[in-house]
Amino acid sequence: MSERATSVTPPEEQHDDQDQNQNQDAQQPQHDAETDEFGAPSAETRAEPVTTGAESVVRALENAGVEYAFGVQGGAIMPIYDALYDSEIHHVTMAHEQGAAHAADAYGIVSGEPGVCLATSGPGATNLVTGIADADMDSDPLLALTGQVPTELVGNDAFQETDTTGVTTPVTKDNTFAADPDGVGTDVSEAFALAREGRPGPTLVDLPKDVTTADTDAEPDTPATPDTYEFTEEADPEIVAAAAEQIKDANRPVMLLGGGVIKGEASETCREFAIEHEIPVITTMPAIGAFPEDHELAMEMAGMHGTGYANMAITHCDTMVAVGTRFDDRLTGGIETFAPDAEIVHVDIDPAEISKNIHADYPLVGDADTVVSQLSHAVERSPQATKWRAQCQQWKSDYSMAYDVPSEQSTDEPSTSSKIPEDEPVRPEFVVEALDEATSDRAVVTTGVGQHQMWACQYWTFTEPRTWVSSHGLGAMGYGLPAAIGARLAADDDQEVVCIDGDGSFLMTLQGLSVAVRENLDITVAVLNNEYIGMVRQWQDAFFEGRHSASEYGWTPEFDTIAEAFGATGFRIDDYDEVADTIAAALSEDGPSVIDVHIDPQANVYPMVPSGGDNGQFALAEDQL
Amino acid sequence: MSDEERRRGLDGPAPDERPTPTGRRNEQGIRIDPAVEATHEPRRTVISTLVEHEPGVLSDVSGLFSRRQFNIESLTVGPTTDEERARITLVVEEPDPGIDQIKKQLRKLVPVISVRELESDAMRRELALVKIDADEPAQVSAVADMYDGKTVDSCPETATIEITGSRQKIDAAIETFEQFGIREIDRTGTTALARGTQSTAAPASTTESTATEASQPQNQYAPADDD
Ligand SMILES: Cc1ncc(C[n+]2csc(CCOP(=O)(O)OP(=O)(O)O)c2C)c(N)n1
Ligand SMILES: [Mg+2]
Repeated sequence: MSERATSVTPPEEQHDDQDQNQNQDAQQPQHDAETDEFGAPSAETRAEPVTTGAESVVRALENAGVEYAFGVQGGAIMPIYDALYDSEIHHVTMAHEQGAAHAADAYGIVSGEPGVCLATSGPGATNLVTGIADADMDSDPLLALTGQVPTELVGNDAFQETDTTGVTTPVTKDNTFAADPDGVGTDVSEAFALAREGRPGPTLVDLPKDVTTADTDAEPDTPATPDTYEFTEEADPEIVAAAAEQIKDANRPVMLLGGGVIKGEASETCREFAIEHEIPVITTMPAIGAFPEDHELAMEMAGMHGTGYANMAITHCDTMVAVGTRFDDRLTGGIETFAPDAEIVHVDIDPAEISKNIHADYPLVGDADTVVSQLSHAVERSPQATKWRAQCQQWKSDYSMAYDVPSEQSTDEPSTSSKIPEDEPVRPEFVVEALDEATSDRAVVTTGVGQHQMWACQYWTFTEPRTWVSSHGLGAMGYGLPAAIGARLAADDDQEVVCIDGDGSFLMTLQGLSVAVRENLDITVAVLNNEYIGMVRQWQDAFFEGRHSASEYGWTPEFDTIAEAFGATGFRIDDYDEVADTIAAALSEDGPSVIDVHIDPQANVYPMVPSGGDNGQFALAEDQL
Repeated sequence: MSDEERRRGLDGPAPDERPTPTGRRNEQGIRIDPAVEATHEPRRTVISTLVEHEPGVLSDVSGLFSRRQFNIESLTVGPTTDEERARITLVVEEPDPGIDQIKKQLRKLVPVISVRELESDAMRRELALVKIDADEPAQVSAVADMYDGKTVDSCPETATIEITGSRQKIDAAIETFEQFGIREIDRTGTTALARGTQSTAAPASTTESTATEASQPQNQYAPADDD
């Protein structure tokens, strides 16, 4: 869809608007703005009438403003691909469906609009499942369209038949088996709207081949959520008032920002609120970037590998304003010792998150941005917390994240690396900082899962929302490269896209390099290569007497050579004095490049709170575990 | 540097040198405050839901219970006067926070229209078919009468009695029938409706808000039921 008409509203839609506006009781946000938001084409630009179910599906995507789709062809989805052939939607053919789902997921994170992935029935659909589950855990907006065997064969164990709605029910926000050619386009419109509205999440429409090939002239409805789907924008003013009193009277306040702050476009409002009332800010992993990490009030990430200062602040606060977080166990550690003195003000759009894991003393159900604005109006004066802020600053210096660099190398002068002894292996933290240094503030970082992911969030200084793209809740190795592909297409041209990957994680999805090369995507992959399933090796050293069962590769392929074989540009770093220049060279490549960074294989991630442990008792070294 | 040295972590006061708060939370994430230290014991309750009558909704609901480890005692599903809607009645046993979670998670399912926990005085009925040895027909029928049972089938060897009523009544009847020898039984789950003019579970707009909340969640700000 090249033209997005935002000014012209077709007459019949104007009529709808009036009807909807009269319905003032509806809690659900009005959809009258949708022709604009979703970029529905005006009557003049509307394309040819649809003739088949498949065309209706593609029309639904076009009406929703979809620009990219990620997928892999196959028998049952062929009618959809045939309809896509005439569409302006740019389809990125992926090397594996898992990559398609991750790419769409990352596209959703960076753009805020649902990413779209497609797969055929059976193995295509099951390959998507990891990516769908990832989106579900992280509440990322994602729409998956899967081909299905013809309806008359469903239930017969037909070739490439999998009960896709059955398999994906536990990992989708909602899914639908499209039963009717006249309704299939609207099924897709509705699934698109559901993926983005309220608490976002993945939706799936399973498309049997007979339904997509059948004749229909039914145009899909404008994307709208079904009537049974409701959510609240504004929180109960009485509870807002009570929470505001609690905040005003707090002595040791913190804000805990979760991923919902970014999803709800509430970063700015939260920043203003925290800065106005001088409240220290802690983020969860998905909220990285919601608050600038270089700000004095930033305590950064709390939890298992959070900073020592964030974990001290979260443990000792007396009032916590938690926004858009589900209090995941990697954040809370043991429930018993989680913020045990804190009155909890919990803002969330999903009522089911309230008091699910941590009891909310002030449950505020509503949209993050709206409710924080409500709070901001209601809080009459800032909490008296001078001493607390000083304490937080003290913790920031007591538990500084500064690491030892061999010899006289100082972390803020990477250019003086000539002083580094040649035989010292490169520290991963140093590499992350050097990448951060070499890129702009709005650079997007994607990762795999493991130690490298933790170093990326600890040592990169994030200042903008939607620049941190990772697999948080599911922890899916292999996320990084396909996510970089999706992020690249969603990001602005002046935003660099850097994938900080692990050797193990990269090995899971590196076939995606073929896609990056084919599409000429400007991404830089830095593989922090420790020739280890490093995070597992670290746990084995700490908890399994150093028995390295199945965690040592001992040998890994040369990732720079692999990159070259795919047609990307390969680089390799072994020593400190190569870091800055190699990174600069890789970033200046126009297409994809891969740096195989041979890091210190013994490097560990600290601080660490063991599973179920007390956040305040984080270990700074192995002997404290 | 040796491997051991390189594995060293960060500087800063060790765990035992740090202050620690004395407070605690219980398993449900509630701060343990002597004034409200009530522990939440499981209780049995009936949750009625109105759902879109469409394929998959029953597996959505039952899948939710198994996935989230909610304790479910029975589930019944049946049509309503509106052919596009079905009612699912669930008997669950959980502490108050668990019951709240169940209601909220059910509401999140897109095909679920409304959810309500019924008052303890709600009408609840189960049905059982009990097939017993008919060696002593007179005594069998006397016991059946005692429980308002109806003989729905009989032959020289067996009699099948239908009993409806509360769960307790059916339990008691079955226990009494055991003396004759039970061949097989089949029981439904609980069906239930709210009393009087109250609606059991209906979309928010059409329900009169006369019902009072049955459970008393520990939270003064707990969200209300759909009615
Ligand atoms: C798909 C998948 N399989 C297994 C795991 C378990 N796991 C967590 S971290 C990790 C090691 C990752 O190795 P690598 O990507 O090299 O990262 P490193 O920790 O070495 O930085 C493993 C196996 C996982 N998170 N995801
Ligand atoms: Mg590794």
